[in-house]
Amino acid sequence: MYRGREGMLSWMLHRVTGVGVLLFLLMHIVDTFLVGFGPEVYNTVLAIYKTPFMRVMEVFLVAAVLYHALNGLRVILVDFWSAGTRYQQQMFWAEMVLFVVLFIPAAYFMLKPLFG
Amino acid sequence: MNGVQGQARTRGNFELITWFFMRISGVLLLFLVLGHLTIMHIVNDIQEIDYAFVVGRWISPFWRIYDMLLLWLALIHGANGLRVIVDDYARHRGWRVFWKAVLYTITAVLLFMGTEVILTFRSVG
Repeated sequence: MYRGREGMLSWMLHRVTGVGVLLFLLMHIVDTFLVGFGPEVYNTVLAIYKTPFMRVMEVFLVAAVLYHALNGLRVILVDFWSAGTRYQQQMFWAEMVLFVVLFIPAAYFMLKPLFG
Repeated sequence: MNGVQGQARTRGNFELITWFFMRISGVLLLFLVLGHLTIMHIVNDIQEIDYAFVVGRWISPFWRIYDMLLLWLALIHGANGLRVIVDDYARHRGWRVFWKAVLYTITAVLLFMGTEVILTFRSVG
């Protein structure tokens, strides 16, 4: 059983989060490059990241990175650990628990300034 | 995700090397990226990050090396991931060549831009 189950879902999420993080990275390299143009240019560009909308997007970015990192570890375990394939489903649910445990506090601290 | 091993036989060592690279860079990026996000969005708030923040940070060669590693590993890891996606979805050879040319050009330009600013940045004023 692969289709529609944990294996396929985790694989699809890995791709979607990977592409999402890469798109952010492309933008982020360009904005960092602009630091070479001095404080006026850089601070003006960086103001975009400080808007409430972008703050929420940054929380999504953290979610995507965290999922991609944890699922990547699971993929490595499936590949290199002899019992990896046998436990891939259990590892997926362990990964989900770890994701929630790490993501909730991160999201809390990132969104806190929005509520004063 | 083990499927790439099958291709390694027909495509020489390239797929095997990139397969290993994805895992090694992935583990390194886990620490580098989560560290970066924690510093920029949790320890500090995005509100505090500005030109002066970058000046203070890049005084230390440690953070320049950290950011350089982050740039190269993350961009190559991401570009290779997208290369695999192009191979999966662009069925026609002509389109595969086209999309990879676009991908490699953008990657090279961004690697150059990022490396340039990390190496040469000096604060003004």
